[in-house]
Amino acid sequence: MWAVSETLDLESFRAEARQSIAAATSTEGLRELATALMGKRSPLALFSRQLGTLGEAERKVLGQTLHAVRTELESELDERRTVLAEAELAAELESGKLDLTEFRPGMLPSPQGRGHLHVVTQTRDELEDVFVAMGFTVAEGPEVETDWYNFGALNIPPAHPARGMWDTFYLEVGESESTLLRTHTSPVQIHQMEVAVATGTLPLHAVMPGRCYRRDTPDARHLAVFHQIEGLVVDRGITFADLAGTIEAFTAAYFGPDIHSRLRPAYFPFTEPSAEFEITCTICHGQGCRTCSQTGWIELGGCGMVDPAVFAAVGIDPDEWTGFAFGFGIDRCAQMRHQISDMRALIENDVRFLRQF
Amino acid sequence: MRVPLSWLRDFAPFDGTPSELAATLDDLGLVVEAVEMIGEGLEDVVVSRVLEITAIEGADKIRRVLVDHGDGTVEVACGANNFAVGDLVPLAPVGAVLPGGFTIGQRKMRGMVSNGMLCSGRELELSDDHGGLLILEEGPTVVPGAPLMTALGLTRDVVFDVTVEANRPDAWCIAGVARDLAARLGLPFSEPAPVEPASSLRAGRPVDEVISVRVEDSELCPRFAAWAVEGVRVTDSPEWLARRLTLAGMRPINNVVDASNYVMLEWGQPSHPYDLDRLPGGGLLVRRAGAGETITTLDGVTRTLGRPGPGLGDTGQDCLIADAEGTGVGIAGIMGGASSQIDESTTRVLLEVAYFVPMAIARTSKRLVLRTEASARFERGCDPSGIDRAAERFFELLSLTAGEECVLATGKVDHRRDVPEPVRLPVRTSQINALLGTGFGSDEVVELLAPLGIVADGASDDPTVPLEVTVPTYRPDIRPAPMGEADIAEEVARTYGYSRLPRRSPSWPQPGRLSARQRDRRFVKEVLAGLGASEAWTPAFVTDADQMSAGVAPPYVAVANPLVEAERYLRASMAPGLLRALAYNLERRQGALRFFEVGKVFAPGVPDADGDPVASEGVDRVIETERVSMILAGDEDDAFAAVGAWQTLADALRLDDVRLVQNAGDGPCEGEVLHPHRKAIVVTGPEDATTVVGVLGEIHPALAQSFGVVAPDGRPRSLGWLDLDLGVLLDHDQVARRTVEARPVSRFPSSDIDLAFVVPESVAAGDVLDTLRTLGGDLLESVTLFDVFRGASMAEGERSLAFRLRFCSQEGTLTDEEIAGQRTVCIDEVGRRHGARLRQ
Ligand SMILES: [Zn+2]
Repeated sequence: MWAVSETLDLESFRAEARQSIAAATSTEGLRELATALMGKRSPLALFSRQLGTLGEAERKVLGQTLHAVRTELESELDERRTVLAEAELAAELESGKLDLTEFRPGMLPSPQGRGHLHVVTQTRDELEDVFVAMGFTVAEGPEVETDWYNFGALNIPPAHPARGMWDTFYLEVGESESTLLRTHTSPVQIHQMEVAVATGTLPLHAVMPGRCYRRDTPDARHLAVFHQIEGLVVDRGITFADLAGTIEAFTAAYFGPDIHSRLRPAYFPFTEPSAEFEITCTICHGQGCRTCSQTGWIELGGCGMVDPAVFAAVGIDPDEWTGFAFGFGIDRCAQMRHQISDMRALIENDVRFLRQF
Repeated sequence: MRVPLSWLRDFAPFDGTPSELAATLDDLGLVVEAVEMIGEGLEDVVVSRVLEITAIEGADKIRRVLVDHGDGTVEVACGANNFAVGDLVPLAPVGAVLPGGFTIGQRKMRGMVSNGMLCSGRELELSDDHGGLLILEEGPTVVPGAPLMTALGLTRDVVFDVTVEANRPDAWCIAGVARDLAARLGLPFSEPAPVEPASSLRAGRPVDEVISVRVEDSELCPRFAAWAVEGVRVTDSPEWLARRLTLAGMRPINNVVDASNYVMLEWGQPSHPYDLDRLPGGGLLVRRAGAGETITTLDGVTRTLGRPGPGLGDTGQDCLIADAEGTGVGIAGIMGGASSQIDESTTRVLLEVAYFVPMAIARTSKRLVLRTEASARFERGCDPSGIDRAAERFFELLSLTAGEECVLATGKVDHRRDVPEPVRLPVRTSQINALLGTGFGSDEVVELLAPLGIVADGASDDPTVPLEVTVPTYRPDIRPAPMGEADIAEEVARTYGYSRLPRRSPSWPQPGRLSARQRDRRFVKEVLAGLGASEAWTPAFVTDADQMSAGVAPPYVAVANPLVEAERYLRASMAPGLLRALAYNLERRQGALRFFEVGKVFAPGVPDADGDPVASEGVDRVIETERVSMILAGDEDDAFAAVGAWQTLADALRLDDVRLVQNAGDGPCEGEVLHPHRKAIVVTGPEDATTVVGVLGEIHPALAQSFGVVAPDGRPRSLGWLDLDLGVLLDHDQVARRTVEARPVSRFPSSDIDLAFVVPESVAAGDVLDTLRTLGGDLLESVTLFDVFRGASMAEGERSLAFRLRFCSQEGTLTDEEIAGQRTVCIDEVGRRHGARLRQ
């Protein structure tokens, strides 16, 4: 190594040090080199110690030079360390190379038990099954939508105050606020009707489950990302009585025969007449409790007869066809069915929660 | 909206219990969120006179107060300071139960016994004031010992907290609620008689001589009316009026402002009183705001007007109220300015009652994020015909306190252009029945609509003959023909009662079903659950660091208005979410897990050859893909576990011709997620036109480390990863399925050949397996790799692969010669194609 002598020339030390750094071939070697170059017993330390013996002017000059050399070598070391570490990692990864087609029976360790479908999936499947048994097909659609499908075609024109009913996530795509994350699964209704009109395949009896997004801060009862299921029937001779009957039949089939439904007037731009539907409180079975504010009823969703403006948007003749639509939260059903006190448990992915279902 | 029952009774003689009335309101769609019983809890409170106030030693917050309660004296500890000896204050004696259910008990504190409580306005729920005790003004009935209710002339009341739907501006006032309720209950609805003493104001000089009003922007402001009074005394409102405002949730301010608010609460019509002497030019100018014009509103905020904001439909047109010299004094219909506010020095008042275009108010209010009681009403649509009634009511109320000097200028200034006229439309009773499933006669429809103020003429025995229906201007929610027929149907249903409408279970010949993809998706989930994986639900919104860690380079699909600024991207991969789910559980000592998730991932659309954006589903410019991702973090799990999971899934789905390709560079979305030497792409289709189904392998150790998914020794856990495009996976056209044509099982015994080859490391075991499978032909029942050996006895760059081939024929037992022939062919071909030799 370096002959540590008072005559050692700082400039040649610097040049040699740089060369050795560049020549280092491993991070381990580099670590030793760093100690040798800059450690307590290194030439650099020796130079520093000499400072005390010098006059003030000389001390200042040498001090500054020493500092510059130290800084330069440190950064060279860092750079080299990064390069070597990457190479070493790459080499280590390469040495771990596997031929995945060497898979043999027994290389998939047996699970400790069966995994669990998410309670929201289980709820969605069960709801779908109830509606399929009632004669509905199941339709799906995209989660990213245009303003037209999420609002315009649903009789909610731009800047309409009714838009305040949905806090919307807009995307930085295209014209400002033209593209969004759907706030409900209703756009699927529009797609379904458009296709049915284009292909001449009315009538339509479908439920539309899926993920929706609303810009609400999550709390015990709401999530910004949630799941909804909507239903749509467009057929000849469909009335509000069919809507009320369908809601009642579904309620009994899903929640049980002692759970009933009732409708009360409400406002949705895409249905007229519109209603909110409530079901017998599943906690107290209608006796009145804290959950239902002593009313015996809990609100589940909205529904109504398809608004003629919606039919006009998709080109359906309201004198020939009538229809109804309804919608409610899947997560909320799960929450009610399983008495989940805080909705946020659904997105924590804690297996101790998931395994209960 | 808070609706006092006593106020409703000004319009119709409602009786029935509060809960019955609340249920009826609910059934009308005027949802009662809460019923508040006013005066409950005040029965035991009495008036008392302060006789003596003394300090308590060692207590600086409370004092000892001796009061006379008409039937003797008591000592009470009290923390308030706003009263003096001689004042009359409310006393809740021991045993009293205050509003809210708080029971007063005898309390010992600081060496004294407190026998009750002296109350503030808030404690009695009479006002919001909690700055001190409620000081009562002495009067004939306000004497020590008198019940507080009597002393204050309070009667018990009920306040319904009603939520009114956004399309019902008419019902967002006391009169509107009363009208609906009266219609349902069959009670007569009438406007309240003027309040006694009904002194009408003296008529003064012509209004034109007092004020000047010009309307330049009649497009946004189709009707603008103004009145003027002079010699007004600004003072407190009458007690009953202030009390009603308080019950309805508004703070009384002075007689002028209160009258304006009262009219708004009663009839839903906002109005705005200006101090005329503070309006330069002695009047108003209604004009469009200039682009970039600024105004400072009542709340002290300076706002910029006249420029469109982000979002569809904003024209950037704002209507401004200016003084007669043109300087802005308020944003029309939304908020006034501070300069022309009414205060005690005001003597001349200009009253503005206007109709603004609802959409214009909505746009301005949304852009400025400024919602007021007035703007909320204007944007829903006020009654342009209700303006005069509102002004009349205002002056009638003002006359009660305005003083002898007060003079109402004769006439009004009324600028009126195209305001909405009553909608007239034909309504077929048959169509109402077709929507509702009812069998109403047209005379019944007429009767159900009449109490709502909706006039229907031309009742006929033939339900297809349309009624001629006229809709009052206070119902802007009811549209003209043809849409309006459905609106009228709703009104019929509401007045009749939704709960009384018939119900029917519909049926149709078309069967219900799931699509093949929906069935398969469920099946995929079941298979993965069968492998011990639980289904996770991870966030859709991620940070750019998450995206980078998932190996996805920008650009990403960004949210313009994220809830959390950092989480502004739509996920391009579920890897970060699933890794986080693992880490979350590891922290809670729940290791050895497998998770899967089925969900959408998002990427910006890529332009096609013509430069047009292409998207697989949904809107262009965003590619939305449904994927299934699985992470295997069992104690022994690694890349091979992922292969096993994939093979299990592929077999369950009966996939044909899917294979793993290694060393193929980076698959889509898989830059750094996977260990570069422990990964494979799952492909299908012919060599020259393969379709990528997904990827599998082992999570890159650096990634596992960065998410804190580490083994107890701190080293990254080896994690299996499987990530498939569900759309491709389940598309029979892209990924072929094995036919399900049954093949009889051979009745003859099978024969096995075990072959161990020494194969160069550069050759994938799977390729050898494929060769053997092809060579075996129809006679080959199965072929499996059962052993791999590397070690000292092997040369560098080589390993031994041992295969078991099972042969079987439908025709008969295979002879030794046949088996030997197969063996030779296999050894030769594998040697020739793969540079392998039989291990000795
Ligand atoms: Zn209950």
